[in-house]
Amino acid sequence: MKALLLKYWRVISGPSKHYSLGFLTMGGFVMGVIFWGGFNTAMEFTNTEVFCTSCHENLYAELQDTVHFTNRSGVRAICSSCHVPHDWTDKIARKMQASKEVFAWMTGSISTPEKFEARRLTLAEREWHRLKANDSLECRNCHQFDYMDFTAQSQRAVNMHSTALAGGDKTCIDCHKGIAHRLPDMSGVDMAGLD
Amino acid sequence: MNAFKTLALVAAAAFAGATAIASDNFATLRDGAIAQEKDAPRFAKVENNDIKRKRAYPMQPPTIPHKIDGYQVDLNVNRCMACHSRRVTEATQAPMVSVTHYMDRDGNFLADVSPRRYFCQQCHVTQTDARPVLANEFVDIDELLQGR
Repeated sequence: MKALLLKYWRVISGPSKHYSLGFLTMGGFVMGVIFWGGFNTAMEFTNTEVFCTSCHENLYAELQDTVHFTNRSGVRAICSSCHVPHDWTDKIARKMQASKEVFAWMTGSISTPEKFEARRLTLAEREWHRLKANDSLECRNCHQFDYMDFTAQSQRAVNMHSTALAGGDKTCIDCHKGIAHRLPDMSGVDMAGLD
Repeated sequence: MNAFKTLALVAAAAFAGATAIASDNFATLRDGAIAQEKDAPRFAKVENNDIKRKRAYPMQPPTIPHKIDGYQVDLNVNRCMACHSRRVTEATQAPMVSVTHYMDRDGNFLADVSPRRYFCQQCHVTQTDARPVLANEFVDIDELLQGR
């Protein structure tokens, strides 16, 4: 084993005997593009609706009733719009966390709708905490406070947005829970974001 | 033979009656021939101005002056109570549901909304800008008393 590793080390640490510097440089460049592009393409594939709904089809069915799926202007959110950070480093961090979810999938810890409903509050709370911690970043990727026209909002929306949200006391998810999914049993959960 | 004649007469009379009704424009609300499928009317717009409407009579459940699209009211959660429950009305400035909603049918007060009052839309409904198909002939009790 050690001899084998040593052999490879000698080959790798020595200069090239047959290939020109230009070939190796260009080859490295081309292969770099292919591998890096392939990696990113594969990762972006895990952000697509097709990928998510291959398991979470029940959640997709729920989403279809909501304004984040169908609305008058035809702008819509897909799963990753809200559940995966858009910046690359944050995205990689979230994807690494998600590898634990792959393990959960393999062990079948949530393999039936009943198991899912039983765990639903825990899972939802995880997302609420995440959005609370990052000041509802994924909401704000589209809903930017600076460009909100209060004159176009209803009076009670203005009352809340111009005070609690503007002052930074509250963030989107404090009040807007369950806007794209059915809510789990919320007894004991603060719906109005008061606590 | 006689019985057959009577039957035929009755059938003829029924047919004549039916055509009379049709020619009397009995289907005016529908505004079209009975066998013809009409275009569905546009959805009416739900009132969203947060202005309380007058109640037509003292016991009338107040109408909802805002949109409630997608509000979840089921075994898991009651979205309406996120603003209208006793605990949160100071923060939301929404009207608290009336005390009767906290009473069971024997008049005992409960800590939370009574199950028999849980489903808000059994009594409280949104209003739309739809044009009424028929005029409303409701007379307010005050006008009724004055006219006596």
